[in-house]
Amino acid sequence: MSFWKPLRIFALSPCLIASGCDLLVLHPFGAIAKHQSHLIVVSTVLMLLIVVPVIALTLLFAWRYRASNAQAIYRPDWDHSTALELLIWSAPLLIVIALGAITWINTHTLDPYRPLALADSRPALATAPAPPLVVEVVALDWKWLFIYPQQGIASVNELVAPVDVPIHFKITSSSVMNSFFIPALAGQIYAMPGMQTELNAIINQVGSYDGFSANYSGAGFSGMHFKFHGMTADDFEQWVRGSKDSPAALDRAVYLRLAQPSERNPVQLYSSVADGLYDAILNHCVQAPSC
Amino acid sequence: MLTNSSLLELLLGRLTWDAIPFHEPILLGTFIAVLLGGIALLALITYFRFWGTLWREWITSIDHKKIGIMYVILGLVMLLRGFSDALMMRAQQAVAFGDSTGFLPPHHYDQVFTAHGVIMIFFVAMPLVTGLMNFVVPLQIGARDVAFPFLNNFSFWMTASGAVLVMMSLFVGEFARTGWLALPPLSGIAYSPDVGVDYYIWSLQIAGVGTLLSGINLIATIVKMRAPGMSLMKMPIFTWTALCTNVLIVAAFPVLTAVLALLSLDRLVGTHFFTNELGGNAMMYVNLIWIWGHPEVYILILPAFGIFSEIVSTFAGKRLFGYASMVYATVVITILSYLVWLHHFFTMGSGASVNSFFGITTMIISIPTGAKIFNWLFTMYHGRIRFELPMMWTVGFMCTFTVGGMTGVLLAVPPADFALHNSLFLVAHFHNVIIGGVLFGMLAGVTYWFPKAFGFKLDPFWGKCSFWFWLVGFWFAFTPLYVLGLMGVTRRLSHFDDPSLKIWFQIAAFGAALIFIGIACFIVQLAVSIKHREQLRDLTGDPWDGRTLEWSTASPPPPYNFAFTPIIHDNDAWSDMKKNGYQRPLQGFIPIHMPKNTGAGFVIAALSALIGFSLIWHMWLVGAIAFAALLAAVIVHTFNYDRDFHVPAADVTRIEQARTLQLAAHV
Repeated sequence: MSFWKPLRIFALSPCLIASGCDLLVLHPFGAIAKHQSHLIVVSTVLMLLIVVPVIALTLLFAWRYRASNAQAIYRPDWDHSTALELLIWSAPLLIVIALGAITWINTHTLDPYRPLALADSRPALATAPAPPLVVEVVALDWKWLFIYPQQGIASVNELVAPVDVPIHFKITSSSVMNSFFIPALAGQIYAMPGMQTELNAIINQVGSYDGFSANYSGAGFSGMHFKFHGMTADDFEQWVRGSKDSPAALDRAVYLRLAQPSERNPVQLYSSVADGLYDAILNHCVQAPSC
Repeated sequence: MLTNSSLLELLLGRLTWDAIPFHEPILLGTFIAVLLGGIALLALITYFRFWGTLWREWITSIDHKKIGIMYVILGLVMLLRGFSDALMMRAQQAVAFGDSTGFLPPHHYDQVFTAHGVIMIFFVAMPLVTGLMNFVVPLQIGARDVAFPFLNNFSFWMTASGAVLVMMSLFVGEFARTGWLALPPLSGIAYSPDVGVDYYIWSLQIAGVGTLLSGINLIATIVKMRAPGMSLMKMPIFTWTALCTNVLIVAAFPVLTAVLALLSLDRLVGTHFFTNELGGNAMMYVNLIWIWGHPEVYILILPAFGIFSEIVSTFAGKRLFGYASMVYATVVITILSYLVWLHHFFTMGSGASVNSFFGITTMIISIPTGAKIFNWLFTMYHGRIRFELPMMWTVGFMCTFTVGGMTGVLLAVPPADFALHNSLFLVAHFHNVIIGGVLFGMLAGVTYWFPKAFGFKLDPFWGKCSFWFWLVGFWFAFTPLYVLGLMGVTRRLSHFDDPSLKIWFQIAAFGAALIFIGIACFIVQLAVSIKHREQLRDLTGDPWDGRTLEWSTASPPPPYNFAFTPIIHDNDAWSDMKKNGYQRPLQGFIPIHMPKNTGAGFVIAALSALIGFSLIWHMWLVGAIAFAALLAAVIVHTFNYDRDFHVPAADVTRIEQARTLQLAAHV
C-alpha cells in the first residue's frame, strides 16, 4: 500500500491548508466502506494513467504548435496514422478491461445483499464471525426508525451496534424514497416504500458516526440525520438494557403517530415493539389489525 | 344556477390571489425588476417602431438562420435565470450552518435547486444545442433551409412556450420541490399536491413537442438535403454529431413524454402507475426517466464534440485527425448511450450482476470518448494553432472535461458509487462534464459562428476575460464539491450542522462569483462588439480561414444561403474549393424557390402554453376553449396554400453583385 501514499498526500494537499478536513469516504471505519474506499483509489490511479498524459500532451501540443512558433513542423494534410489509431483505441480499451475486471469482481464481493460470513478475504473477519445483528430500518418523514427484532426494542434517530459483529439491515420507507447512508460504515442503499432493500456491514472501531438520508425526500430532508454508535459488546448490552427500561412502547398507534411528518426529532427509545410491525410497514397495512 | 364562487372556480380553477408571492421579498423584488425591464423593452420596441419588423422578420420567420439565432438568445436569457438560482444555492449553503438557517427556507430552496436543474438542461443547454444545429447544419451541407421550415418555426415557439411557463411559476404559484427529475412518490399527488409539479410536467411536455419535431426535422434535412457529392463519409463532423444527436432525440424524447403523461395521469385522475397502491411501482418511473435521461446527456455533449472538432481543425489549420474513427466513435456513443441508464441507480438494490453489466457498459463509452480526445490532440499535433477565442475554449475543455470523464468512470464502478452516489462528488462530476463539456462547447460555438450570423466578430478582449473567469471560476466552484463529496456530504441540503464544512462552501461560493464575472464579461463582450461592429466587421464571410461550406457564403448569408448548390469533392469542402481556385458564379442566376413566413407556429404554440397554464391551475373551461382554438388554428393552417414563393432572379443577381463588390472592396 505504500505505493499509494505519496499520491494520497498529493490528493489531500488542499485539506492540509484548511483545518478540519476529514475525507471520511476515503478513511472509513467499517470493513465494507474500507474496501469501497480502496476501490475508489485504485480506479482513480488506473485512470490517471491515461488522464495525466492526455492533459500534459494537450498543454504541450498547444504550446509547441502555436502559430508563432515557426520552427515547429506543420503538416496541414496529415490526418491519418494507422499505428496511432490503434494506440488511441487500444489504450483506453486496456484500461477499461482492467477496470471492468476489477468492477465485476468487487461488485459481487461487495454486493450489499451478500452476507458477510460468505466473504472470504475481509480482515475484520479473520476469526469466525459472530451471528449478525439484525436491524430493521424504516425511513419516515423526516426521521429514522430502527427496530431490533432480536432484542425487541426500537429507537428513533439513534442507531447502535457492537463493533466487529456483522450487521444485517433490512430497509424500507413509509412514504417517499430515501437513501440509508452511514459513510463511516458502508455505502448507501435506497429506502423505498413498499419495497425492502438489504445491507450487510460491520463496524470495526468504537465511535460515534454520522448517518443520514442521501436522497432528497422533501421539506425536512436537511434535518434527517442520526448518530450511529459503534460500541463494545458490553456497552451495547448495557444500551439494550437501558432501552428496555424506557417508558415508551412502540405499538401500532404510537407508530402511526410517529409516521406523521415531523422534523429534527430527538432520540427516542422504545422498550418493546408490536409484533410484525416492520412487515406491516413494508406492506402498507399498519392500520389493518389483521395484517 | 351558478353561484359567483363556482363561476370563478370554473374560470380560474385553483388560481387565487394567494398564488402571487406578495410575502416573499426575493420573488417580489425579482417580479418588479422583470416587470420594469419588460415595460422598458416594450416601450423601446414601440419607440423604434420595431413591432412590424419583429413580427415579419423574426416571430413568423421560417428561415433556419433566424430561428437558430432565436434559440441561442432563448438559451442565453434562460442561462441568466438558471445561474441566478445557482448563486442563491451557493450563497445559502455558504451561510446556513448551526443556528443560522440562511435566507432560503426549505420551501423556497427546494424550488430553487429543482428549477436550476430543469432550466439549465431543458431551457439553456437544449436551446443552445438546437439553435447551433439549426443555424449551422443547413449551411454546412449546402442546403437552403431545413426540410420542414414551418415545423422549425413551430418547434422553436413550443420550446419558448415551455420556457415561458417555467418563468411564470416564479410569479404565479410555485415550481416543483422534487429535484429536476420529479421522482415519485415525492412528485405524486399525495406528497406534492400543489401546482409545482404540474408546472414541471406541462412546461416539459410543451417544450418536448418542440424538441422532438426539431429532431425529426434535422434528421430529414441531413439525410435528404445534402449537396451533391456529400456522401455520409464526407459530411462535416459537426453535421455527423448533429445527426446522431437528433436520432437520440427522436428515440429518447417520446419516452419522456410518455413517462410524464403517466405521472400526470397519476396526479389528475388517480391512476397508480408509480405509487404502491394497486400494484404501481416508483422504480418504473426511475427506469423510464433515465432511459430518456442518459441519452439526453449525449444529446447535449455530442454536438459540443462536433463543435470542438470543427474548431480544432480550423484553428490548427489542418485536416481533422482520424475523421473516420471520429465518426465511428460518435455512432458507437449513440448506440451505447441506451445501454447505461441503470448506472444512475445502482443503489436501488439491483443485484451484483445487473450493476456490473451497467457499470461496465458505462466504462466502455469512455473508449470512443477517449478516442475523440486523442483525435483532437493529434489534430493539434503538427498543426499551426491560432489561439483565437474558440480555440481557447477548446483547450480549456480538453483539460477540464478529461477530469470530469475520469470521475464519471469512477462513479460507474458500483461499489464506489455506493459511497459517492447523490453526494456533492456526483454534483461536481456532472457539472464538470456539463459546464466543461457542453457549456464550453456552446460558448465556443457561439463565438465561432457569431461572425457568420451577424457579419462581425466578437470582441476578443472581453471574450478572453469571460473565458478565464469561467475556467478559473469553474475549478474554484467545483473542486470543493469533490472534496465535500469525499467527506461524505450529500446534495440538496439547505442546512448543515458541522461548521468545519463551511470553508469549502465559501470557496465554492467564491468560484460561483468568478463565474458571475465571467457571464458579465460575456454580456459586456456582446455590447462592446455591437458598438464596435464596424471595426470588427468581416467582409469575406470567412474570418477564421474555415474549412466547411458555411464559410463560403456571405456573412450574414443571404436568405437562400447558396445561389447555386455547391458540388462536394472532399470532407473539408470549402478548404478544398479554396485550394483548387474556386470561382464564385457571377451570372446566370435563376429564381430560387423558398418557403414563406407564417404566424401559425407562434399562434399554435401560444395556445399550447395557454392550455398548459389552464391544466396546471385546473381552469377546465379556459383549457377547453384554448384547445378548441388550437384545433381551429391547426385546421386553418392546413388550408393555407400560400406557403412558398420564388426569389426573382433579378433579386438574386442584385444580392450576389453586392457580395462581389464587398469581396472586391476587401481585397
